[in-house]
Amino acid sequence: MRFLDYNVDEFFDEMFGEDGRPRSSARTLVRNIECLPDGELLNRQKAAERALLQMGITFNVYGENAGTEKIFPFDLVPRIVPAAEWSRIEKGLKQRIHALNLFINDLYHDQKILKDGIIPAEIILSSKAFRKQCMGFNPPRGIWCHVTGTDLVRHSDGNIYVLEDNLRCPSGVSYVLENRAVMKSMFPQVFAQSKIRPVANYPSRLRDMLEFLAPDGVTSPRCVLLTPGIYNSAYFEHSFLAQQMGIELVEGRDLVIDDGYVCMRTTKGFERVDVIYRRLDDDFLDPKCFRPDSMLGVPGLMEVYQKGNVALANAPGGGVADDKVVYAYVPRIVKYYLGEDIILPNVPTYICSEPDDLKYVVEHIDQLVVKAANESGGYGMLVGPHSTKEQCAEFAEKVQANPRNYIAQPTLALSRVPTVVDGHFEGRHVDLRPYILYGKEIFVMPGGLTRVALKKGSLVVNSSQGGGSKDTWVLADSPITEPDDFNSPPAPPTLAGAAA
Amino acid sequence: MSATQLPDLSELDAHMLSRVAESIYWMSRYVERAENVARFIDVNLQLMLDDPSGEGQQWLPLVNTTGDHDEFKKRYGTATQQNVIHFLTFDAENPNSILSCVRSARENARTVREIISSEMWLQLNKFYLMVNGAAEDNSRALANPHEFFTDVRNANHLFNGITAATMTHGEPWHFFHMGRMLERADKTSRILDVKYFILLRSVQDIGTPFDDIQWAAMLRSASAFEMYRKRHGRISPRGVVEFLLLDREFPRAIHFSLLAARDSLHAISGTPLGTFRYPAEKLLGQLCSDLSYAAVDEIVNAGLHEYLDDLQDKMNQVGADIHETFFALKTPKTSKRSMQEQRQ
Repeated sequence: MRFLDYNVDEFFDEMFGEDGRPRSSARTLVRNIECLPDGELLNRQKAAERALLQMGITFNVYGENAGTEKIFPFDLVPRIVPAAEWSRIEKGLKQRIHALNLFINDLYHDQKILKDGIIPAEIILSSKAFRKQCMGFNPPRGIWCHVTGTDLVRHSDGNIYVLEDNLRCPSGVSYVLENRAVMKSMFPQVFAQSKIRPVANYPSRLRDMLEFLAPDGVTSPRCVLLTPGIYNSAYFEHSFLAQQMGIELVEGRDLVIDDGYVCMRTTKGFERVDVIYRRLDDDFLDPKCFRPDSMLGVPGLMEVYQKGNVALANAPGGGVADDKVVYAYVPRIVKYYLGEDIILPNVPTYICSEPDDLKYVVEHIDQLVVKAANESGGYGMLVGPHSTKEQCAEFAEKVQANPRNYIAQPTLALSRVPTVVDGHFEGRHVDLRPYILYGKEIFVMPGGLTRVALKKGSLVVNSSQGGGSKDTWVLADSPITEPDDFNSPPAPPTLAGAAA
Repeated sequence: MSATQLPDLSELDAHMLSRVAESIYWMSRYVERAENVARFIDVNLQLMLDDPSGEGQQWLPLVNTTGDHDEFKKRYGTATQQNVIHFLTFDAENPNSILSCVRSARENARTVREIISSEMWLQLNKFYLMVNGAAEDNSRALANPHEFFTDVRNANHLFNGITAATMTHGEPWHFFHMGRMLERADKTSRILDVKYFILLRSVQDIGTPFDDIQWAAMLRSASAFEMYRKRHGRISPRGVVEFLLLDREFPRAIHFSLLAARDSLHAISGTPLGTFRYPAEKLLGQLCSDLSYAAVDEIVNAGLHEYLDDLQDKMNQVGADIHETFFALKTPKTSKRSMQEQRQ
């Protein structure tokens, strides 16, 4: 297959410049793809899809029969990020997470940022994700947001913007790892010729982070991954990560509180659990503390947590910083806590609870993307330019009825990447979700999930709304030293003094 | 086998989640059940093919022996080859159909994917896709059921082989093995029972060449024909019952299966063989002893069907006891101290 008739149109294309020539970062790949015999790329695409189905790498779709599975569509053409650009993204993400963690900690202690009037207090206090049960609590090692998946987009101006902070239970990292495994088997020669930074040690990093949180005095902590169960859309990922980390995958019913500790039910009785990587929302975590009707959680878990006898990642209450209204204040949050200007800018955001903004949003709703503050997965949002008049009017009413719950942003012209459609290449819009771990230090996975809107012209990349994924290649500017095997041993510790 | 040969898994520090043990146990039982339902239908198909008069077209006994008689009557009415095969093979509403079994096995596997090997998962998933595909367009499978049932059998053989070769033979594997062997013992007893129902109808055939053909067909469906020949030579009802019920070495025989289940049960619990701590160990041990000292003539004279019926009840009780002991842990009883000791 050739790129001869490929057209970048008026969008920023991640692979080709405006002149239609491949960007320097993409030249090796373009050459390799063009050298493939006719039909070969399509064959590889089909082989990849068959492998994904047989491996059962699927997700569940809500609103259809429980247990309805689909493969997450996968496109073979990767998104490539040059080294220098990545280095800026990495710095920006570290800065953002650092500040957000300080912010959450402040909210549950002195609330200085509210007292100083940087953010209106009612925005925080009215947030569904603000948990007054967490007031005054000090989470293990002072960390609230252990795992973050920040959504980035590139606009037609060429700049990268942060679209969303996902601080609760961001999913998708398993697809990053599986996509990479598929790509390495499909394009070994390109990997050999390029310096693509590996992503495969993410599970080890994740496990290290979890063990770092263990209560004091526990030398070999038992970590578990708490899943809502098999009907959760991300169940495959939960199971995959538990397997790759070599930890137990548990459901709420496997855990029980005994004498101030969390224990799991084994065939030989109850055994203590020290760290829980929970992939369950705050609401469902503990029916005694949050939603009393939750069948998925562990009654009494929060009490054990607050006594310091078990660690939870991410920390309950941290979702307050993931509120889409709070998002609008992140540049000010960074400035307030770190005294720095934000490195990765936000998308300009209208806050509907502010009267002027609300008026603008209602009047221009057909040009805007409107989002509910507490929804994710592409649910509860409106893309104005792609909606009917009726849909816009209906949404405008919802916004006016509950302005606090909505924000709006200009419709961005997301950048595109060539994508295989009906046997040739067409540009499709993408975003990028890198994953960040906050343990002993802040670690940004070199890569992430590139989600692609497979429908022509669509800007919605969510898997539940017809999105697919691509591998993301972050290029190294120096030789690669990181291990790239699931089971490779950790790097030897640096000798003291050797680093000087 | 002496008690000292069994590894004592109870002393190892990492124990399985009860839920995981239960899922592995049921995954294994469901796959084995799917295979046996296939064998079960196949034995009847073979019997019908060898009945040139066509008078003996008996399909209802199959439904009777799986215990789903009322359900079948309500939804299908009169039993025919077509609708019985459909009910037992592709009927998604029948929890014991091959389709439902493979689905349930896969659902269980999905909850323990991080425990089983990825090869096991891959094979079970392919098995599921095969049966599910056949169910969506079942004309081919119904036109040539023997071929389809052979595919089902082979898929399970492959799954079991992959499991034996890729899964550590520790506690999870013993739950797998125990489930499989209990299921197999139960289903072999039902395959024997099918013959009993056919016998009821054709008492005038006993001892005729047609009767011999029937027994041989049944042996073939249990993959037992050649092995039987080596052991007993001439085909006789008494010999077949002895072989499928009491043989200690043929892997589909009830006695063999229960001994294997018992060994895995003791490997899990750490209780020395010949003794018991749990109800399941007591009952299963008694069953194995019974079979060790049973004489086939006594069984046949007293009534094979009654004997098998009683055996099935007891095997069900073993299953219930296993559930109580290993899966249904309700409230913490361990004190903090004993828990901390466990952690060392």
